[in-house]
Amino acid sequence: MLDQSHPALDGQSVSIRDLQLDFGSVSVLRDLNLDIHKGEFLVLLGASGCGKSTLLNCIAGLLEPTGGQIFIEGKNVTWAEPSERGIGMVFQSYALYPQMTVEGNLSFGLKNARLPKDEIAKRVARAAEILHLGPLLKRKPAALSGGQRQRVAIGRALVRDVDVFLFDEPLSNLDAKLRAELRVELKRLHNSLDSTMIYVTHDQVEAMTLADRIAIMKGGVIQQLAAPLEIYNRPANLYVADFIGAPPMNLLRGDLRGSEFRGAVTVPMVGYDFAAPPKDGAAVFGIRPEHVLVGEAAATAPVRTEVTVEIVEPMGADTLLWTRIGEDDFRIRIDGQTPIRGGDRITIGLDPARASLFDAATELRL
Amino acid sequence: MSTRRPSSLLRNPMAKLAAVPMVVTATVVFIGCSLWTVVYSFTDSKLLPRANFDGFAQYDRLWSSSRWIASVENLAIYGILTLLLSLTLGFVFAALLDQKIRGENVFRSIILYPYALSFIVTGLVWQWILNPDLGIQGMVRAAGWESFAFDPLHTPGLVMVALLMAGLWQGTGLVTVIMLAGLRGVDEDIWKASRVDGIPAWKTYLLIVVPILRPVFVTSVVLIGAGIVKLYDLVVALTGGGPGNASEVPAKYVYDYMFANQNLGQGFAASTMMLLAVLVIVIPWAVLEFGGKRRG
Amino acid sequence: MADVAFTPDQASGTPARTLAGPVGARPKSRITPRKVMIYGALGLVSLYWLLPLWVMVMTSLKGMPEIRMGNIFAPPVEVTFQPWVKAWAEACTGLNCDGLSRGFWNSVAIVVPSTVLSIAVASVNGYALVNWKFKGSEVFFTILIFGAFIPYQVMIYPIVVILREIGLMGSVWGLVLVHTVFGMPIITLLFRNYFASLPEELFKAARVDGAGFWGIFLRVLVPMSLPIFAVAMILQITGIWNDFLFGVIYTKPDTYPMTVQLNNIVNSTQGVKEYNVNMAATLITGLVPLSIYLISGKLFVRGIAAGAVKG
Repeated sequence: MLDQSHPALDGQSVSIRDLQLDFGSVSVLRDLNLDIHKGEFLVLLGASGCGKSTLLNCIAGLLEPTGGQIFIEGKNVTWAEPSERGIGMVFQSYALYPQMTVEGNLSFGLKNARLPKDEIAKRVARAAEILHLGPLLKRKPAALSGGQRQRVAIGRALVRDVDVFLFDEPLSNLDAKLRAELRVELKRLHNSLDSTMIYVTHDQVEAMTLADRIAIMKGGVIQQLAAPLEIYNRPANLYVADFIGAPPMNLLRGDLRGSEFRGAVTVPMVGYDFAAPPKDGAAVFGIRPEHVLVGEAAATAPVRTEVTVEIVEPMGADTLLWTRIGEDDFRIRIDGQTPIRGGDRITIGLDPARASLFDAATELRL
Repeated sequence: MSTRRPSSLLRNPMAKLAAVPMVVTATVVFIGCSLWTVVYSFTDSKLLPRANFDGFAQYDRLWSSSRWIASVENLAIYGILTLLLSLTLGFVFAALLDQKIRGENVFRSIILYPYALSFIVTGLVWQWILNPDLGIQGMVRAAGWESFAFDPLHTPGLVMVALLMAGLWQGTGLVTVIMLAGLRGVDEDIWKASRVDGIPAWKTYLLIVVPILRPVFVTSVVLIGAGIVKLYDLVVALTGGGPGNASEVPAKYVYDYMFANQNLGQGFAASTMMLLAVLVIVIPWAVLEFGGKRRG
Repeated sequence: MADVAFTPDQASGTPARTLAGPVGARPKSRITPRKVMIYGALGLVSLYWLLPLWVMVMTSLKGMPEIRMGNIFAPPVEVTFQPWVKAWAEACTGLNCDGLSRGFWNSVAIVVPSTVLSIAVASVNGYALVNWKFKGSEVFFTILIFGAFIPYQVMIYPIVVILREIGLMGSVWGLVLVHTVFGMPIITLLFRNYFASLPEELFKAARVDGAGFWGIFLRVLVPMSLPIFAVAMILQITGIWNDFLFGVIYTKPDTYPMTVQLNNIVNSTQGVKEYNVNMAATLITGLVPLSIYLISGKLFVRGIAAGAVKG
């Protein structure tokens, strides 16, 4: 473990380089490179088995990589023990020490490190204050609610006085209401502490609301690393496009000819930001249900078509319309108050500037 | 089907019939026989049971018998030491087996196999190993240490050691298996958390895992305890109660007086005392463990 | 080992970015103090645990002169199976000198009916307790379980009286009855817990299909419970085969089970002790449960774990 900081790492809180993790012949993480800025809230998002928890455990030092390096705050920690990496970690099952009081849980690691008593008391008091644990200090985990337990778990990481916090799906064990409450608390915590936070989840709402940047993972490879809105507006490939957004993006298959998409609808891609000069070939056209124009706005849209509404799903704030374009389902989200009924024939407008276009073979954004 | 509901006694007749053995066992054998013995302990029965009531005479005789006192003391010593050593060794072995080692199944099978043997087999093989001339003592002496002395079977002060050696050899496997199952049930994330906190493995075992395993320890204590009171076969095979009374135990006192010495009354009194001892321990434990649940 | 130029954060596919310093998996020596300690400790424990078995086998294959030379741990210089033959066919218990074989067949005659009967009764008991609860069923069950804690000594004499009354005292069937009765608590608990873990819908569906008490048991539950029946069999065969107390009280010399006969042969014989024959006899007695243990492996462990979970 080298102590000198590499100049290449300035400003990077955590730097993962060419990380490889194989279990026998199976590669769980492949050539993974990721740089996380100081004070950033980075979310690792993906379905089960995509490697996000594995990556987090590697950063923590709980799993040993087969290849590559991990740098935390400029130091090469690839071979360091978890407790030497300057990290704190919060687990999905809280993993509080059951027979100790809250105070005991918070101070156990510090006592083990032979910190002076007043330093320990100071740190515990600070954590208790930030997380509102004061009245709970003498209680044991069994006597706490799920939300309280999770706060104690966060407190245990806090008292370590570190710059990097790791969260492994911390809200997954809580019910929906508590999850929403704690999500906000976590964001507040991040704002007040300004520490780097690496957060693993499969829930896209948590990812979108909490992250400065999201890394979407699939099969051990990062699909896209960008800010939430960027991922939402300009998904880098079909997987990302389908993963983010509920209800998911509408996808139409067809061909790209010149700069025109030809499928069940023809869409001249005017105003669309191509990554490279467009080449002819099979393509997939995507547009989100909420970006489809209806009513007056549709009249002035660059591309218009007519669809028959098959099913109307009123959800209060919005209404979801299920229609068909060609062979595919086409979902449209409109304001909840608009009076549309099943069987109605409506004109919709598509704005290519808000759409996404993907190469049918490589699935990458064009 | 009749329109009138049959009396609850006649409902589910098959189930009740099937449960007759359980009912009979519970009442006639467990309660009935025990009560019978207790009642007859107040008689002066000798070769055959006689309803000649004698007050507490049998108990007077019992507690003035040096052999009985020795039996009780021996059992207490054996019990406490077995408990402590089984639990400690069982936990340590389980912790060792838990370390993700190769051959875990083989090691576990080796520690557990004596549990499959009869106490008689155990007692006899250890009797042979501890043979003063041809067993361990003899071997060490022949190797050069002439003054080496280890003859527990003929040394009153050491004979309990022999019993313990044999008993632990046979019984530790059970505790190990139970502890191992308990260890495997500990949340993996707790281990991760303690690694992040920098707690060394031995401290984690001692201060975090052991408290989590409290219910497993309690179960083990109950199991081991139940076995201790019944200690009989091992003594018969290994030491025969000797030398003198040095390894006598209550269960043997009961058998010897009941069937060999033609003194049923003493046998009844002794077994009643054994029952009392068990009740004194089991009833408070049961109330603690289950009383709350029934009320709640 | 020079620094590679820093490339902007993108997904994989860019040139290698590793810098100086530790890379990849930490170099591990195959021999660490920790491994030495663990394997060493377990090795020593295994040695100690296997020693008695080793001694039993070795002694049983030696001739008496060799045994008298001492060195109990050494393998036989001259292997002989005489002790085995003698133990099986010629050893004396009291007036009978036809060896352990008598005790072996007695034990078989005791264990087989006891196992069958106790499992038949207890499995039906457990079934009735779970699916056909009636008033007082739980009370009787609690008494049954508490009864498992009562020291046998306080019940053995009245049972002698009962067996005498029904004429089974001293016979194999008397002992079978005793084993059935005393096997009930644990085996009933085993089956009760298992049946309670099955989904209730199974039972309800069978009832809707019109099956009755025995129909559901025999045609639905038993086929699903074969592992538990195996576990119960292992528990009972091992426990009853190894029993001594009931054997020594409720039988006569010609119906002695193997354990009782073994103890007589070794501890009560007058005259010269034939240690090799004794060890052969001991080994033969232990062979049956030991074989079951080795063959059943995981099931055996499951059995004792089940016995350990009370209430």
